[in-house]
Amino acid sequence: MRRRAAPVALEDVLELAEAETPPPPPPPRRRRWWGRPWRRGDGFDLRDLLAEGVASVGARPGRLALTMLGTVLGIASLVVTVGLAQTAAGQVGRQFDAVAATQVVVRPGSVLTQSGEERATGRLPWDAEERVERLAGVEDAGALAAVDLGGAPVTAVPVNDPSAPAAVSPPVVAASPGLLDAVRGRVVTGRSFDAGHDARADRVVVLGARAAERLGVGRVDRQPTVFLGEVPYTVIGVVDGVQRRTDLLDAVLVPLGTARADLGLAAPEELQVRIEVGAGPLVARQAPVALDPGSDDAFDVEAPPERSRAREAVQADLNATFLALGAVALLVGGLGIANVTLLSVLERRGEIGLRRAVGATRRQVAGQFLVESVVLGLLGGVVGASLGVLVVVGVSVVQAWTPVLDLPTAFGSALLGGLIGLVAGAYPAVKAATVEPITALRGGV
Amino acid sequence: MSAPVVELVGLTRTFPGPPPVHALDGVDLVVRAGEYVSVVGPSGSGKSTLLHVLGLLDRPTGGDYLLDGVPTSTTSERHRARLRGGRIGFVFQQFHLLPHRSVLDNVLLATLYSGVPRAERVDRARAALERVGLDHRVDAAPTTLSGGERQRVAVARAVVTGPSLLLADEPTGNLDSVSSAAVMDLFDELHASGLTLVVITHDPVVSARAQRRVRISDGLLAEL
Repeated sequence: MRRRAAPVALEDVLELAEAETPPPPPPPRRRRWWGRPWRRGDGFDLRDLLAEGVASVGARPGRLALTMLGTVLGIASLVVTVGLAQTAAGQVGRQFDAVAATQVVVRPGSVLTQSGEERATGRLPWDAEERVERLAGVEDAGALAAVDLGGAPVTAVPVNDPSAPAAVSPPVVAASPGLLDAVRGRVVTGRSFDAGHDARADRVVVLGARAAERLGVGRVDRQPTVFLGEVPYTVIGVVDGVQRRTDLLDAVLVPLGTARADLGLAAPEELQVRIEVGAGPLVARQAPVALDPGSDDAFDVEAPPERSRAREAVQADLNATFLALGAVALLVGGLGIANVTLLSVLERRGEIGLRRAVGATRRQVAGQFLVESVVLGLLGGVVGASLGVLVVVGVSVVQAWTPVLDLPTAFGSALLGGLIGLVAGAYPAVKAATVEPITALRGGV
Repeated sequence: MSAPVVELVGLTRTFPGPPPVHALDGVDLVVRAGEYVSVVGPSGSGKSTLLHVLGLLDRPTGGDYLLDGVPTSTTSERHRARLRGGRIGFVFQQFHLLPHRSVLDNVLLATLYSGVPRAERVDRARAALERVGLDHRVDAAPTTLSGGERQRVAVARAVVTGPSLLLADEPTGNLDSVSSAAVMDLFDELHASGLTLVVITHDPVVSARAQRRVRISDGLLAEL
């Protein structure tokens, strides 16, 4: 029993000892969990490059905002200046569209002779008004000419008073019936003369408002008379509100036919034409032909430029100044990106070293920094352009203007931000490519 | 006997400038697949230079270095970058994790440049993180991890591409003894599953875990 008991006891002891020592470690796994081979690999392509660039930029939002600030301000100021200039030009254009853009003036051409005299090369026909009114785009036309009375006075009542001071007579202007409409005149009292007066050479006059005041003619229902020299003319109306040739307000207007018959007028001197908006170039081309098909180059035509061209001209003036300011702001923004990217290259030497250690080439490292700065620039451009548009709209609301900003400018300036990022990132990217991984890895990330 | 992964033949690396420094002076070394080698030596002995040459971060001035039988001393920088990405994994003393990117992103970084198929990248990275016991910290920022955890992330990053050779430069230099032990256990597991490891250290405890130990002094190697 004892002899049999001993080995049992020994086994018990051994079992106990075994229970106290930890169990042996499981056999190590032989399978390579740390990386199976792959069949067809994907290299570091554009998708990876963009993803890495965007992720790096987005990893530090605070820094992102600070870096973008310069570009945002630059692009925003650019958009604001361009937008406000365009908006302002739109307002200016609308204001002078109303009067200036609808008026054409035709005068006989003239040349300077060798002796220094100015000699007319063309002559306006007597029926210039009818000839031009037939043209498309012409609303009203009227011919006029200054009449020389040879020093004879224009008076309401002829008084021979030797002691009276010499008064300056109002000028006498011969006008065709359509002139008043062509210069946007308005009859205040009485009526204007018509084609009948003109054809019969009736001795009637219409007074400009100021001339009427000077001659003391207030009303026309009693058929007041004005003497041109010694010859009486019946005043049939008073006009006011003339917007072109405002000197007509000081003048005594006689029908063209009357001036030709009585006052020895040789030819009309000027043709005022009121046109539809935008018809300027057309009327300017056709009017000389209508006036004298034989020598259509014998006239000087003053016509408004096309609407858009007028606007562009104003814009060019405004933009040149403001664009310079915007460009300076952009330059500062670009330098800001370059500066921060360069700093971040120095700061991220460890990261560059690590990327090189895990297989990135110099080109891939440079590409990443370039992408990062382009992304920065683009973001700045988009934010800046949006801000700029908001400011333009805001200012327009306050000023009660119509905001004008063409879309290519807004989108283009956002893209311009990306371009600035590209240029600004070039040098830092080259710097990043030249970082030696060994030295970079000695420092921390 | 298994095929050599690393083969150094009369390798020299001389830094110019008066006086020239012979950091590596005719080094011959063969590391076969599946070996676990530790390199010890005093500072200034050429340890780091050896690591940089082995990691294709530095070019030798003489001799040749064959990685998986491919001569590397005279190939283009592009080819060396590809070898680095595909066949070598690094573990550094300072971990070198990108502080502003998640743990997963840090591991994915190694797959970007090494040709891992895009569809497999995330799965591989998650598997590697799971294996080092950090699958619960996948989306954490590295700055919130302890030193030991960071080094485990670095190990996951080093092996996610399935390299032929894992190079570790003082992997426990910034860690306390508990974290060190965890990392060394990880190295043991990797070794057991067939990975070739070269660990540079001055810590005798770490060095003792290796199957084969090499001493470097004054640019010359000696087996221990």
